[in-house]
Amino acid sequence: MANIISDETMEYVGILAKLELSDAEKEAAKRDMGRMLDYIDKLNELDTSGVEPMSHVFPVSNVFREDVVENGDEHEKMLANAPKVKDGMYQVPKTVE
Amino acid sequence: MEWMEMTAAELGKKIQAGELTAVEAAKAALAKIKEKDAELNCFVTVDEEDALARAARVQEKIESKELTGPLAGVPVAVKDNICTEGVLTTCSSKILYNFKPTYSAEAALRLEAAGMVMIGKTNMDEFAMGSTTETSFFGPTRNPWNTEHVPGGSSGGSCAAVAAGECTCALGSDTGGSIRQPSSFCGVTGLKPTYGTVSRYGLIAYGSSLDQIGPIARDVTDCALLLETIASHDKKDSTSIARDSYDFTSALKDDVKGMRIGIPRDYFGDGLDPEVAAAVRGAAEALKDRGAVVEEFDLSLVDYAIPAYYVIASAEASSNLARFDGVKYGYRAEEYEGLHNMYKKSRSEGFGEEVKRRIMLGSFVLSSGYYDAYYLKALRTKALIRQAFDRAFEKYDVILGPAAPTTAPRLGESLSDPLKMYLGDIYTISANLAGLPGICLPCGTDSRGLPIGLQLLGDCFQEKKIIQAAYTYEGVRGRFPLAGQRQ
Amino acid sequence: MSKQYETVIGLEVHVELATKTKIFCSCSTEFGGAPNTHTCPVCTGMPGSLPVLNKKVVEYAMAVGLATNCQITRHCKFDRKNYFYPDNPQNYQISQLYAPICRNGYVEIETESGSKKVGIHEIHMEEDAGKLIHDEWEDCSLVDYNRSGVPLIEIVSEPDMRSAEEVIAYLDKLRLIIQYLGASDCKLQEGSMRADVNLSVREVGAKEFGTRTEMKNLNSFKAIGRAIEGERARQIELLEEGKQVIQETRRWDDNKEASHAMRSKEDAQDYRYFPEPDLVPVDISEEWIEEVRSRQPELRTEKLIRYKEEFDIPEYDAEILTGSKQMADLFEAATALCGKPKKVSNWLMVETMRLLKENGQEPEDLKFSPEHLAKLVDLADAGSINSTVAKEVFEHIFYEDIDPEAYVEEKGLKTVNDEGALRETVERVIAANPQSVADYKGGKEKALGFLVGQTMKEMKGKANPGMVNQILKELL
Repeated sequence: MANIISDETMEYVGILAKLELSDAEKEAAKRDMGRMLDYIDKLNELDTSGVEPMSHVFPVSNVFREDVVENGDEHEKMLANAPKVKDGMYQVPKTVE
Repeated sequence: MEWMEMTAAELGKKIQAGELTAVEAAKAALAKIKEKDAELNCFVTVDEEDALARAARVQEKIESKELTGPLAGVPVAVKDNICTEGVLTTCSSKILYNFKPTYSAEAALRLEAAGMVMIGKTNMDEFAMGSTTETSFFGPTRNPWNTEHVPGGSSGGSCAAVAAGECTCALGSDTGGSIRQPSSFCGVTGLKPTYGTVSRYGLIAYGSSLDQIGPIARDVTDCALLLETIASHDKKDSTSIARDSYDFTSALKDDVKGMRIGIPRDYFGDGLDPEVAAAVRGAAEALKDRGAVVEEFDLSLVDYAIPAYYVIASAEASSNLARFDGVKYGYRAEEYEGLHNMYKKSRSEGFGEEVKRRIMLGSFVLSSGYYDAYYLKALRTKALIRQAFDRAFEKYDVILGPAAPTTAPRLGESLSDPLKMYLGDIYTISANLAGLPGICLPCGTDSRGLPIGLQLLGDCFQEKKIIQAAYTYEGVRGRFPLAGQRQ
Repeated sequence: MSKQYETVIGLEVHVELATKTKIFCSCSTEFGGAPNTHTCPVCTGMPGSLPVLNKKVVEYAMAVGLATNCQITRHCKFDRKNYFYPDNPQNYQISQLYAPICRNGYVEIETESGSKKVGIHEIHMEEDAGKLIHDEWEDCSLVDYNRSGVPLIEIVSEPDMRSAEEVIAYLDKLRLIIQYLGASDCKLQEGSMRADVNLSVREVGAKEFGTRTEMKNLNSFKAIGRAIEGERARQIELLEEGKQVIQETRRWDDNKEASHAMRSKEDAQDYRYFPEPDLVPVDISEEWIEEVRSRQPELRTEKLIRYKEEFDIPEYDAEILTGSKQMADLFEAATALCGKPKKVSNWLMVETMRLLKENGQEPEDLKFSPEHLAKLVDLADAGSINSTVAKEVFEHIFYEDIDPEAYVEEKGLKTVNDEGALRETVERVIAANPQSVADYKGGKEKALGFLVGQTMKEMKGKANPGMVNQILKELL
């Protein structure tokens, strides 16, 4: 395997993605990601110099809304889905020390 | 013929003629679900009471001539990643186990406006990530042709439900083949429209630049009818395209005279099951007999589609799925210490293995220092793949090939080797990268009696060409049976 | 301290745009709603929701770019900035990294040491985050998404500033430009304008920049000034001790007049930007740029020149009048109505500024209508009321925006111009003050003033002072 994923990399990706893996899961994830990256490295066979990266398939542009208020108040309906609510707000663990 | 053996068009006609009510049609579907779904597990949610109430309202409108469309009163199933107001929409994930959207997806609203009766939400690979419908939090769906086999995925629930007669037609979504591959495995007809044809508003995103909602049905006619119902230019979706026409049914013509059909040689290499290859070549011969000009050509770049796809789809998914964090909806871990621990625990407990695998890969390829090497490289590859198709469509109206290298594998066979599973998407993935429409319809069964799918790809906005070719082939093939139905 | 240090400062200024709706959904941007009442599936990150760009945001961003001498990007795009935080409902912010709407601009600032250009690296469009409220009682935080999705532009300067004075001059310049464009009210205290300060120090004469830090949470000009001084001192101290400045984000605490690093292990600062797949690019044509340019209102510098030329207003006064758009608008509207620019200017420069100061208010807080000010000018000018009465009436205009004509009529404050009535009163005053009469006749001019005053008092201030003077002289 050409791509060896280190523990540090796994740790870092875990911070970025907000995922916490058990040690067994981590080993499997390291192996899987290494294999996937090896496979993805196949793209390096292709000469893509001078090719514009294509993020949108169609050259569509300028899709706008006019600046007009249309939405009403649906906060009760939306808050009904929240795991924890207080005073009409979404409750989360405290964000400041 | 039993009601549930009919196509949507046939059922719609009977309903308009007053031979059957929308309520009776819904009851017939619900009865079949009751009979079969304990074993097949096509549905995540079926709300009988709700469905019957909806059917009753539709019936009133049919009687008052408010609803006169060809699909009014026809029962339909909707994949569980398409938001339906007040109805559980889980993406087959624990993290959305209790999520009831406050709004309906544009495609779902259009079904409703046409008088179709939604009977339930179908099972899928979690967040549409998978090719077998085994990664669902709610357990795998089984293939109605042989319950030891998978139905394919990720729209496995929708395809299996249609194949089993639990509903007449359904909506699926296709990011890398998720409509076409399970259609192939289940012996039904599924169409992935040109990117931007069906609004993505309300489709819970996996890979936003690749996702499209599309119809899954008994035959080509139903697919065209259903596509005509759900396709629209939607101002709520900035990537929705204003097309010149939303007529697809006028392409239901038994005629391929002079139609140029190309078969990529690259699709018939190693890894293609000989029985699949033979059936697909047989279908090509049938079209040739009907007057099409069929020839082989080299498409090129086929092997690069999968790696490019996994970079792009995983990257977009890592960002699209960041919103599932235990704050606004869905699952939150019961115990945690502080904010970041709450995030990590909720997400680690809420997402399944395959989803986590792709989120991590996506986060990695976008991370500092790797973006150019992976993400931009994949976007450049995508541009090259698009150019290869542009060249092909200068010469051909339709590209013909298999939808999957094999027929449906046995349950449990695929997940052990993710990379091998990914390789199974080789024929479907490029259409998503290039934005092309594709249709998959049955073209036979293998020696084990499992259906084989034929895939027809068209140039962007050329759905009518693939519909016409598919319809013509269907005329030669004849009616394809439901799973377990005698021909 | 043996070495001489130079401070190098660049600013990232966030400005909330004055649109009616949010950047990607049609929710209201109005302030002050109950929590989460101005939210929808889009701005709360509901699964399946999609953004659609508000055209007005693009036009405001373009207008600010044009007014700050930027190049407008013809093919601009949005990107996703990925990071987890509860005020960010999708856990990514839609922003612009690779192709921001404006680039390479500058503004000219004036300080004690003369004028100077501050470069603008870029201006990009993005969405604001929600508000976090800290609940001490339950030891948790609460999220209100009313501000989530409010449109922002971020104006990133070049590291061209060298002192707090320059920073404040730059901010003031930006504020005026943006206010004049009507693109934002730019209130630092209310957060509609926010500045993050990037600061480094280096030895005078050094070619390379030092390591910079980014300071956040600065919500007044005073805080910005103090934070700059504090950070400069902190960095110099580190260098003097032979230590290194760490590149980091720091949070300024204005009460403690100190900052602390915001780094945490869970905060990787790796935003994994990639092109936003849910939005299409914005193509900006020459015609569109010209259209926006043609709609551009007169900015401060142009007004300043015009006031001097057209209205013959002195430099100092013109600067005060144009120092806020509210004041300038008031001046122009009242002048258009009464045609007496100098008198209007006088009311604004003297009485208005005095009352603002008394009340601790800013020109942005002015509430009265130009019609009423114009009428007051006309009344005073026609001699219908005298200056004492006029001042009294003006206070009522300032506080209550009363109609001066109706008010004067109702309270009977009109100047008495009836010669008969005046003559009668003057005769009475002469009779009652023989000593003063004698003094005046004895050559004491001052005594006349006393007699005028007595007459005015008799007339309850409503007499025309010119006429009183004349009649007195005549009778004496």
